[in-house]
Amino acid sequence: MTKSELIARLAADNPHLYQRDVERIVSTIFDEITGALAQGDRVELRGFGAFSVKQRGSRTGRNPRTGATVEVDSKHIPYFKTGKQLREKLNGS
Amino acid sequence: MAGKTITRAQLGEAVYQEVGLSRNESAALLENVLGYMTDALARGETVKISSFGSFSVRQKGQRIGRNPKTGQEVPILPRKVLVFRPSQVLKSRINRSISNS
Repeated sequence: MTKSELIARLAADNPHLYQRDVERIVSTIFDEITGALAQGDRVELRGFGAFSVKQRGSRTGRNPRTGATVEVDSKHIPYFKTGKQLREKLNGS
Repeated sequence: MAGKTITRAQLGEAVYQEVGLSRNESAALLENVLGYMTDALARGETVKISSFGSFSVRQKGQRIGRNPKTGQEVPILPRKVLVFRPSQVLKSRINRSISNS
């Protein structure tokens, strides 16, 4: 399922809404999550899962082609932990 | 780095502010979106949200685990797990703003 399929489903189930609004609803949801994470906040959606930001320390890496060592700076990565209900649904219960 | 937690309430509020619908309907639409994603994943489908990331289901095989307290061996049954792969756009948004703050 892609974002456009998600929009199409939402539009089909809500025929009273303008297509433009349906697109904005879906975009707003993901933009809000992105914005919160960009501020270092957590997003918790009970039953679905929680998005958070984790820090990866700096490390010494290697250029796989040349073998030269390079310092890789510490960075922040988004992380998603699956919610309990969703985990159960994946396993058919 | 702040430690605030955003929940359904704030996401629903954002939808309400953005689109001219009632708070109740905004909250219901958010729930719809999460529901479609859940259903697709439960069917084993991958959910791809461009410039955000993709959610996919991975099958894990059975392995022998151990109860750390008692040391007793217990089989961990084969199961499905969800993997979220953030898009490059999301990763760079997060690094740009956090390292600048």
